[in-house]
Amino acid sequence: MLELEEKRLTIAADGVHAWRHKDLLDTDTLSREDIDLVMSQADAMTEIRTRPVGKVATLRGITVVTLFYEQSTRTRASFEVAAKAMGADVVNLSATGSSVEKGESLIDTVRTLEAIGADVVVMRHGKSGAPYLAARYTKSSIINGGDGRHAHPTQALLDLYTMRQHFGDLAGRRVVIVGDVMHSRVARSNIYTLLASGADVTLCGPATLVPRTLESGGEGPRCRVSTNLDEAIEGADVVMALRIQKERQEGGLIPSLRDYIAGYQVNARRLARAKPGALVMHPGPKNEGVELAPDVADGVGSVIEEQVTNGVAVRMAVLYLIATARRP
Amino acid sequence: MKTDLLIRGGRVIDPASGMDAVLDVRLRAGVVVEIGSGLTAGPERVFDASGAIVTPGFVDLHAHLREPGFEHKGTIASETAAALRGGFTTVCAMPNTEPAPDSATVVEALWERIRRDARVRVFPIGCVTRGRHGKELAELSELAASGCVALSDDGSPVADGRIMRRALELAGALGLPLSEHSDDPLLNGGGSMNEGVVSERLGLAGQPAAAEIVAIARNLALCETTGGRLHIAHVSTERGVELIAEAKARGLRVTCEVTPSHLFLTEGAVFGSGPAPLYDTNAKINPPLRTEADRRALIQGLKTGVIDAIATDHAPHSIQDKLCEFDAAAPGISCFETALGSLLMQVKGGELNLVDVIEALTIAPARAFSLEKRHAGIGSLTLGVSTDLVVFDMDTLWTVDAARFVSKGRNTPLQGRKLLGRIRAVVADGVLDDREGVARG
Repeated sequence: MLELEEKRLTIAADGVHAWRHKDLLDTDTLSREDIDLVMSQADAMTEIRTRPVGKVATLRGITVVTLFYEQSTRTRASFEVAAKAMGADVVNLSATGSSVEKGESLIDTVRTLEAIGADVVVMRHGKSGAPYLAARYTKSSIINGGDGRHAHPTQALLDLYTMRQHFGDLAGRRVVIVGDVMHSRVARSNIYTLLASGADVTLCGPATLVPRTLESGGEGPRCRVSTNLDEAIEGADVVMALRIQKERQEGGLIPSLRDYIAGYQVNARRLARAKPGALVMHPGPKNEGVELAPDVADGVGSVIEEQVTNGVAVRMAVLYLIATARRP
Repeated sequence: MKTDLLIRGGRVIDPASGMDAVLDVRLRAGVVVEIGSGLTAGPERVFDASGAIVTPGFVDLHAHLREPGFEHKGTIASETAAALRGGFTTVCAMPNTEPAPDSATVVEALWERIRRDARVRVFPIGCVTRGRHGKELAELSELAASGCVALSDDGSPVADGRIMRRALELAGALGLPLSEHSDDPLLNGGGSMNEGVVSERLGLAGQPAAAEIVAIARNLALCETTGGRLHIAHVSTERGVELIAEAKARGLRVTCEVTPSHLFLTEGAVFGSGPAPLYDTNAKINPPLRTEADRRALIQGLKTGVIDAIATDHAPHSIQDKLCEFDAAAPGISCFETALGSLLMQVKGGELNLVDVIEALTIAPARAFSLEKRHAGIGSLTLGVSTDLVVFDMDTLWTVDAARFVSKGRNTPLQGRKLLGRIRAVVADGVLDDREGVARG
């Protein structure tokens, strides 16, 4: 059996810290220096995106495949735009209409992509851990575009990037993540980048959707857990609302959307308890009028569109670091 | 061929009789005729067992032989050969086959295959309900008459309490224990590992300990109500052990088993030992590997005798069944060939006592399913009957290499791990499997 151990590659980037990761599967194995490197590369990419043409040819000759087993609008489009902005060739594959529908296994699929010449495979999959399996069986670099409820590393990096644009250093900043934490790959990946950045993280939501084990220490990361948003939001620098999925309600995890809104919607009254100028974030797609009150979603603190814009720069940075590290 | 053999100078441990001494054992035509010290060699071959342990053959109350229906995972021939390799000379076959043994017709066909292919003694376990669907009772009297030693729906727990109650009443009257995978399927919710810190970390849906605890409590209550014989299959939780202890103290007819995997490993095996998660599908079993506190409670339960038997839950799977996403992977571990090795590691580490382990592998499981009444040689070194015994040393460290398993199932979370103890010979129903050729003629 092949070992999971991440195949590490080395390049000198910025002459400071070298990117050593073949794959980006989650944020948990990124060092503080890795994260800083992504951030500084993303700055460079942001600069490129503001130029009149907004494109470079750095990744010419590199083939990026987006392999999506689940629906996605923004993540997939964001990766595609990012790869094309650096001159990479992009192939988009969906589970529907591909050999996956004919019963091909994940391993066969990624091996086929490798044989076709995929340098980087951006993968989204409904089952937690699927990209780890893929990464073990292909030489192509795997970027996790979201796996089950486990991880969504580029979302966490773009969220961090957005926060750093406003605050610089995040040390001591209070971040409240509110909503369906249990099923959220966004929350899980954010926890690592935020804790690595010295932020103080509170997870808030209905007791059925916020795993208590996240505060228990032990092997897990250390966060505060709250079921009371009015208290948790007190003095927050950032309020990040997560998407509530309708099927959670159908599964009986919350009594009703009405009940959820009453307890956990981020509205103007609650936001007033946060620090003045607190950021309001959402990974999208929003349920209109559920996670965020409309005036808050479009209010002064809302950086939701910045998140989307930054997503392209951060994904350019990640693609650049990973693709460049592959070069001999 | 039934063996004539003098096994000389081994430490003979036979918990059934309380024997534990360096002794010689003489077999004539596969039958133990004499146990004593300084026996003089006759015309038979002599096996020098000095430094080794000699025990009755191991008895497994819970194994999946996969035949009929899943021969790509394992067959009666391949899996009983693996059992023999691991020292198991009596194996009770779980009924999750296709077709499932829910009538005498299926069981009789199974017996035919067993007689033709089995390398060790195999007893069928019959279904509780038709097709293991949990809706209508199977032909229980027919199953008893055709030689089933217990009843179970295996991994499909009997969810309906009324059906469970009737089954316990009827099975009890037939003298058969009902071996129940105690799990509340609704509470369980289809999770793929233990619910807790690790499942949250990995983003995997968890099975709460409460799903097992609730089911054990229900089954014990029904056992008390009916006076039936309940066997709790592979208990995995601390609270489950406590409930069983209490039930035993109240005099209920309940027995239970634990697997070597739950004694040796925790939920952390799914994550692996590296910085990044492994999502090791070979560590996916049902019930799931639990916490360290649970593991310690299981060890304690074995020590205090609350847990009667060590049962392997040997569950071979094909490579494709495991080489996939964690949620999609089939649960189960190919355990016959590592069971003794992991147990002896725990003996050496001071967690388990050797005699307790041997008892839980021999006479205790035999009694749980009354197997010693079917053949007096099962689970003990009984004079005058065809014998099963195992000779093993306690010193050899070896490395698990699933590629060398006799079982068709290469699915083990112990790949590459160091285990202890080497089986030097097995006598199964009087026939010697002398794997090292050390017995001289």
